Amino acid sequence: MTRVRTRAPLWLLLPAAVVLGGLFLYPMYQLGLLSVLDFTQAQVSGGQPTRFVGADNYTRLFTDPRFWDVLLATVLFAAACVLATLAVGAGLAVLLTRISRIPRLLLSLAAMAAWAVPAVSGSTTWMFLFDTDLGYVNQLLGIEGFNWMYDRYTAFALVGAVVVWASFPFVMVTLYAGIEAIPKSVLEAAALDGANAWRAFWQIMVPILRPVLAIVVIQSIIWDFKVFTQIYVMTRGGGLAGQNMTLNVYAYQQAFASSEYGRGAAIGVVMMLILLAVTLLYLRTLRRSGETL
Amino acid sequence: MRAGRRMLDAVAVLIALITVFPIYWMVLSAVKPAGEIQSLDQKPWTLAPSLDAFRRVLAVNDFGRYLLNSLLVALVVVLISGLIAFLAAVALTRFKFRFRTTLLVTFLIAQMVPIEALTIPLFFLVRDVGTVVPGIGLNTLGSLMLVHTAFTLPFAIWMLRGFVQAIPDELDEAAQLDGAGRFTVLWRILFPLVAPGLAAVSVFSFIHAWNDFLFARTFIISAADNQTLPMALLVFFKPDENDWGAIMAASTLMTLPVMIFFLIVRRRLVAGLGGAVKD
Repeated sequence: MTRVRTRAPLWLLLPAAVVLGGLFLYPMYQLGLLSVLDFTQAQVSGGQPTRFVGADNYTRLFTDPRFWDVLLATVLFAAACVLATLAVGAGLAVLLTRISRIPRLLLSLAAMAAWAVPAVSGSTTWMFLFDTDLGYVNQLLGIEGFNWMYDRYTAFALVGAVVVWASFPFVMVTLYAGIEAIPKSVLEAAALDGANAWRAFWQIMVPILRPVLAIVVIQSIIWDFKVFTQIYVMTRGGGLAGQNMTLNVYAYQQAFASSEYGRGAAIGVVMMLILLAVTLLYLRTLRRSGETL
Repeated sequence: MRAGRRMLDAVAVLIALITVFPIYWMVLSAVKPAGEIQSLDQKPWTLAPSLDAFRRVLAVNDFGRYLLNSLLVALVVVLISGLIAFLAAVALTRFKFRFRTTLLVTFLIAQMVPIEALTIPLFFLVRDVGTVVPGIGLNTLGSLMLVHTAFTLPFAIWMLRGFVQAIPDELDEAAQLDGAGRFTVLWRILFPLVAPGLAAVSVFSFIHAWNDFLFARTFIISAADNQTLPMALLVFFKPDENDWGAIMAASTLMTLPVMIFFLIVRRRLVAGLGGAVKD
């Protein structure tokens, strides 16, 4: 297997190309196509011919205040989740470097366990913990009868808590590995100069860890922007009157609950474009941090 | 300084306890007798643990079947995706060809694609394919295996590439000088050496397929027999009263395999992530 010109790589890549072409590229093309069609239940059942409607789905979407409301909710929800995840993850990563062996082991095992819990199981467990009457948390707080899901903001907060609980371990583990890779002498010198933990973190660790941080931040943005399972399970498909919809759930409901497939696809395209922009940012950061392909 | 450290140790242990508390609560609620689950005065312990909820879930609601379905989907995805990714990773590291870099960037971008947005076109694709090949149409486990193989592939290729790269070229060259054919080099030399990497990749693929809720919800519409765990679990949510004991038992059953997997590969996971970050 020397590096000569042969057809071998073609054969080796063929299976991957077939699978990804058929189940990634083609659906992406189809998504774009659907978004410019009038495609509802009538077309699916063949009762009416499929009609090209140009940018109609998009114009209707962009003139619908509901869409902007959902978009804003998605951005704010994702931003809050990302900030909380980073604060908790980074804080605990620093904490891990300053504690004894046994507590460190306990904390990392606990984080790993939370990480391993499937999204559905995590959602149901937190739902039970915060249940109106039977929830342990409500009983502890003495607020039996309080339903977290009635109010838009408490519902989002609870879902956000589950998302953060499930995703801070990734940030913690990655940043901890990064901090451990910083030469001890650098941190010791800072301590000798009288820098406290806060300053050591912002003025020494953050600059050194910038590439790792960038990756963690952008990964988190991508994940939290498209949270689906937790919202769908915990708010039963988007909350009371759809108050807890995010773009993802909104697109899904438009397509599969209202049979507005063209409209759902248009929302999907918008989501895809937003995340593509974030991804390009990610690639630029990778390149700047010296990644060679 | 000493007192400060002891304080931090205590804080860390406290946070660890809070972090695992929901998991503890899940397992605890699964083994609580029915009376205690309905209690308006929940206790963080139980003196009369029972396996009733598990029995109800496994026997009455045929959860064992869904467990097997989930397992089957996840294992097939692990095998096929691992195999295809291995071949692609070899092509990307052992050969120089045009568009190689373009391909690599494509695989990286593919990891970022919000697959959730593809639900709509994939639904129609699976529906149409099903009329030709019933085995991978709507309501089949095959459809889930298919899409998850595709979704796990970009990451698997990206990760395995690093492992293949780490094997020195001289090894394949020496084998070829000894008269080994391409096929032999691929399976007898490279494959065994990449095995640890494949193990790490397998875990990611397994978890991805195992945790999937969205596609199971979309594709498996009317064939109750072919449901996977996440959907089957929602059966216990009832408009009048949720069967929390059963929900927690089912959630525990769903968490168990992933937890075991995580514990086995804990070290490798951290190393793999570190590698992915530094790579």
